[in-house]
Amino acid sequence: MVKNRRSLRSNYYLLAIIKMVMVIGLEGSANKIGVGIIQDGKVLSNPRRTYITPPGQGFIPHDTAKHHQAHVLEVLQEALAEAGADPQDVDAIAFTKGPGMAAPLISVAVVARTISQLWNKPLIAVNHCIGHIEMGRLVTGAENPTVLYVSGGNTQIIAYLERKYRIFGETIDLAVGNCLDRFARILMLSNDPSPGYNIEQMAKKGKKYLPLPYCVKGMDVSFSGILSYLEERANKLLKTQQYTKADLCFSLQETVFAMLVETTERAMAHCGSQEVLICGGVGCNIRLQEMMGKMCEERGAKLYATDESFCIDNGAMIAQAGYLMYNSGLTTPLSDTWVTQRFRTDDVPVTWRE
Amino acid sequence: MLNGMDRELVTQGAEGRLYATEWLGHSVIVKHRFSKQYRHPDLDIYITNERMKAEARALTRCRSYGIKTPAVYDVDFNKSEIVLEKFTDSVTIRNFIYETVKNKLTMDSPVMLNMAERIGKLLVKMHSNNIIHGDLTTSNMLLVPPYDLSDIILIDFGLSSVDERAEDKAVDLYVLERAILSTHPNTEHFVAHLLATYENTGGESARDVIKRLNEVRLRGRKKLCFG
Repeated sequence: MVKNRRSLRSNYYLLAIIKMVMVIGLEGSANKIGVGIIQDGKVLSNPRRTYITPPGQGFIPHDTAKHHQAHVLEVLQEALAEAGADPQDVDAIAFTKGPGMAAPLISVAVVARTISQLWNKPLIAVNHCIGHIEMGRLVTGAENPTVLYVSGGNTQIIAYLERKYRIFGETIDLAVGNCLDRFARILMLSNDPSPGYNIEQMAKKGKKYLPLPYCVKGMDVSFSGILSYLEERANKLLKTQQYTKADLCFSLQETVFAMLVETTERAMAHCGSQEVLICGGVGCNIRLQEMMGKMCEERGAKLYATDESFCIDNGAMIAQAGYLMYNSGLTTPLSDTWVTQRFRTDDVPVTWRE
Repeated sequence: MLNGMDRELVTQGAEGRLYATEWLGHSVIVKHRFSKQYRHPDLDIYITNERMKAEARALTRCRSYGIKTPAVYDVDFNKSEIVLEKFTDSVTIRNFIYETVKNKLTMDSPVMLNMAERIGKLLVKMHSNNIIHGDLTTSNMLLVPPYDLSDIILIDFGLSSVDERAEDKAVDLYVLERAILSTHPNTEHFVAHLLATYENTGGESARDVIKRLNEVRLRGRKKLCFG
């Protein structure tokens, strides 16, 4: 009996290889709506649209959902056209189950469920954070890195151990991206293309360092203290011309990034790891990559980082995670394709790795 | 102080490099918090000094309460070096667990559960004296022979503080819990036993800390994440 099952399984994999598995991924957990198509580790297309709010304003679920609803079908068509693919070529449809904002998540899940039934293809519900990690591993070739996952909604230090992506350290309050985004609002910086990008550009012109609260607790970090410190003082410091906007951006980056590099280093020392992978939107930041690179150099470790097409939320990363899940035999029945705002990275059984 | 002395690099930890050398007839470890090039110089100096102060203070304070830590022989703020007692044949609990598991002993074996108890009791002692370690992991606990009986040695107090509040003690335990569960597979029972020992041997204040720990854990799970 067992022998039959095993040979059936290997036939399945053989078919999969011959056929070249193609997965389409839909992502819209925050203000980016992206659809990507992956075929056996190759990104065939990865278009995306970003919902940008006026300076001083963050994005709220209701309006974000409306933006995604308005653009998702157009982005979906674009993804198929760019990949030169027909719905029938697609083997499975991956979508973000969570974590994220409820209304946008639901909007995208509805589309995924609809096309799944229209095209008669299975669905795969994917964890957003794992999408980032698996895309990072695919693009950089990192074997078993300590992962720093940093974005507007998440800040986690993750390492893989026995079938799970374990969270070693994380923020105990705000995500670092959230801290940066809210500071950008205080300064009324543009949100186009993203507040973080504009802080990064402004920081390059900063010279005067303002000492800010530095909060590391073991492998955890805390950013609410530094944000409230700036909320209270920034306008006065700017008015009295003691510091420029550029100086403040510079000081904030140097401080929060140092906290992230330190906690990543702690995790590496504890795990005995010699590789670091940075992923998530804040991972685009060149200064962060520079600082992490220097720390790695000092320890003889290697840094892996991706560019903005993969750091920032995108559909292909969901497709990639979906592809790995699909190949290990996992699909999600329609009744289980609900979405959730809270979805811990360490709650997912990583069946596709040893 | 150590000019002209040969020093052998033992390891590079999270905060600095550790060297083994001889110092006034003792075998010592020199912990050098070298300047981290990724940090802004002002921030680097500030952090290095704060960490050295916290560590030197906590190591000595612990000793005065009967908690085993390396003796502090010298502190040099100019060189950012601390000279510490070196323990012969010491092994981190992290490596001890790795080796034990390799030799097919499970985390539920009497040897391991006994170790969980010893750690729990040690943390009760530390917290009852209001010392917060700040970075509790199995890499920061040492064993010397006989490994199953000897007092556990605590090290790496750079992030330590003094606080009587249950919150900080709970976070201390939370950091340890996550560090153990993330590094060593199948340690759920080991950690539960450790915390049960802490709660049962630490009196009312320990019970308060464990209650607080439950709240700290929920905070992590309740976090709204997007982006």
